[in-house]
Amino acid sequence: MRNQVEAILVGVGAVLALVLAGLAADEGMRVHAWVLFGVLAIATWFLLRRVDFSKAKAIPLKADVATTEPFYNDTVVRYGVIATSMWGIVGFLVGIVIALQLAFPDLNIEPWFNFGRMRPLHTSAVIFAFGGSALITTSFYIVQRTTRASLFGGSLAWFVFWGYQLFIVLAATGYLLGITQSKEYAEPEWYVDLWLTIVWVAYLVVFVGTLVKRKEPHIYVANWFFLSFIVTVAMLHVVNGLTMPVSLLGAKSYSAFSGVQDALTQWWYGHNAVGFFLTAGFLGMMYYFIPKQANRPVYSYRLSIIHFWSLIFLYIWAGPHHLHFTALPDWAQTLGMVFSIMLWMPSWGGMINGLMTLAGAWDKLRTDPILRMLAMSVAFYGMSTFEGPMLSIKSVNGLSHYTDWTIGHVHSGALGWNGMITFGALYYLTPKLWGRSRLYSLRLVNWHFWLATLGIVIYAAVMWVSGIMQGLMWREVGPDGFLAYSFVETVQAMHPYYVARAFAGVLFLAGGLIMAFNLYQTIRGRLRDEAPMGQSVVEGAATPAE
Amino acid sequence: MSTENRDPHDREVDDVTGTETTGHEWDGIKELNTPMPRWWLWTFYATIAFSLVYTILYPAWPLVNTATTGLLNWSSRGDLSVAMAAQTEANADRFNAIETKSIEEIANDDQLRPFAIAGGRAAFKVNCVQCHGAGAEGGAGYPNLNDDVWLWGGTLEAIQTTLNHGIRYEQDDDTRISEMPAYGDGILENDEIRDVAWYVRKLSGQEFDAEAAERGEVTYVDNCAACHADNGEGMDDLGAPALNDALWLYGGSHEEIVSQVRQPKHGVMPGWLDRLGDTTVKQLTVYVHSLGGGE
Repeated sequence: MRNQVEAILVGVGAVLALVLAGLAADEGMRVHAWVLFGVLAIATWFLLRRVDFSKAKAIPLKADVATTEPFYNDTVVRYGVIATSMWGIVGFLVGIVIALQLAFPDLNIEPWFNFGRMRPLHTSAVIFAFGGSALITTSFYIVQRTTRASLFGGSLAWFVFWGYQLFIVLAATGYLLGITQSKEYAEPEWYVDLWLTIVWVAYLVVFVGTLVKRKEPHIYVANWFFLSFIVTVAMLHVVNGLTMPVSLLGAKSYSAFSGVQDALTQWWYGHNAVGFFLTAGFLGMMYYFIPKQANRPVYSYRLSIIHFWSLIFLYIWAGPHHLHFTALPDWAQTLGMVFSIMLWMPSWGGMINGLMTLAGAWDKLRTDPILRMLAMSVAFYGMSTFEGPMLSIKSVNGLSHYTDWTIGHVHSGALGWNGMITFGALYYLTPKLWGRSRLYSLRLVNWHFWLATLGIVIYAAVMWVSGIMQGLMWREVGPDGFLAYSFVETVQAMHPYYVARAFAGVLFLAGGLIMAFNLYQTIRGRLRDEAPMGQSVVEGAATPAE
Repeated sequence: MSTENRDPHDREVDDVTGTETTGHEWDGIKELNTPMPRWWLWTFYATIAFSLVYTILYPAWPLVNTATTGLLNWSSRGDLSVAMAAQTEANADRFNAIETKSIEEIANDDQLRPFAIAGGRAAFKVNCVQCHGAGAEGGAGYPNLNDDVWLWGGTLEAIQTTLNHGIRYEQDDDTRISEMPAYGDGILENDEIRDVAWYVRKLSGQEFDAEAAERGEVTYVDNCAACHADNGEGMDDLGAPALNDALWLYGGSHEEIVSQVRQPKHGVMPGWLDRLGDTTVKQLTVYVHSLGGGE
């Protein structure tokens, strides 16, 4: 009786999508309904092939047998590992494309592949597709281990996974078709938002349900962070997404907010997407994978409590710092700034707990590139959570705002912190999930580590120079108070930095491709014959003393 | 890690750090009971103290209908208007002089001229670069302002008039207007147009078809010379471009000239007097005049 209900539901969905394609009120909705129909029709076909009317019997997968705790639902986690790796590659690639579009505007291909449509494709691909899949995947893995319970809700975890992937596909295709509600990091239109809401509530049910049926007396700190991430993102998404559709059969909608209220709501959302999606959620990953990989206890329980509560309390107020020197009243700008400054130490609490967990295991950084990756991610986390409060100070922001400095800041966080910790988690999970004794190659992880680190350092440094130069050029006035530069002169001046930035992206993508190859080989059960890390690869060379 | 070591609370102690654990364990992960680092805690307190003081000094706390204004009485708009007022005050004398003096007087005044050029350059970078380029080098269909070739004259007065009222700018009754007829609309035959284009090539010193140019000369004298002059030197008063130089607004190939004779393109420039005001236009005039081609 496997897959019967699923096949019927998805099949009905496909028919409804077809009906919608016929009734659609505008071109955007019509094309989107066809996309939905295509996806669901293919899914129905796959499900029908797997419908089994014989009595349910477990068909053991090779990997299931190998997993040490067979009662955990790890198949969805395995799918998640593959989805995360794939979306990472896609997101990095689109990033390079738009970096090159900025450097060489002729690469804008109208209308589907111009910068305006490709940029949200990049941001959503890395934040929501890559980052979101990483969060769902790792949270499903971690919550099961740290509660000693399997995922609550049976197939609901599968609904969360596939439902979220469908959200990504609808969002991405919508951007290229020009369907957007023009809210940064919340571009999908109302119907895609509604679908995400359903998926997200299911995610919350699976996660909380698993916590409720836990066999451990206490809830591990990683799960506090995951829970705060899921709950807050739900709240942010629903409030910021309040819109009135023009037609229930059309793609276009109008926001419930306007003017400065809209701006403030948007940046309350946008800033906390950073705070809860990219910070709290990923801290949940950090709190599991670093102690596991280092095989050391977490540095300070008290610090984890205080920094958790202070982080989630302070973060939610800091959004107005995105609106310095705008129509937003001064008092709200002030509060956005001081809450950001107070956020410095709560953010660093996570860094301290991550790095100091390595106490007694520092030597492993030499021989374990996975642990080095995790440690480097925490270092980048510390750097960008210092830079963030600094950029929120009004006088600094007056120079940095709207410049590439912000882009550099975001990427030292996204590539360094979110990217590196996800890579570390994927390297940790893959051999365990597929029952392999180790990764295909640790030396390839080392290559990935250095390519990624070099890429991030070049990226951030280039954007510092470019952004500060840009800000200084904008505000440069002659002795009589007249502006010194035209806008286009600042764009001309940034060209070499844009080219260098694209090169940094290529390094980062190269690391990602090496990872994909390494994970693929590991999944296939191959082990590269190589000298262990810390030993020379040159035969006969002296081995460093232990 | 050893389970042998026990502290007085009977909790496990971590060998490496000598710190007791909390006694919890999840999937093999334990937690040390390390106190919060002092420097961390005190820095946290310091940021809170800073924030409190800052919110007393600056506008911060929302009240029912308004918000506290802060002891320093600072506001971003107030800050801006003070800075703007100071700059305006510093430049007031020179702006007044520009307002009252004629354009020639400004250009000949050693004090005012550099000031007008600086202000004109800034206004140019905001309002003019979109068409004329950041270096005033122009582009296809948009005149280069650095050379001494002018459509409507390069004297201070002519430049000022062009800037004030624009070219073919419908909203301004005093705008500069000239319209070359579309000779392809039944005025000239195709052959005649092709011939006259060869003659224009000859006037501009480019390669040409001698036989066709000879025929074209007749057509030119009858139809074109009235505005573009007998030898193709053009006429500033009519906005008729010179045809005897190497500079082309819409291209100097035979095909491009034929196209321009058959269906001429007519550039449009807005008038800036209403948008920027007299003093800014005067500054722009002195700046454009100073670029190299001023007459």
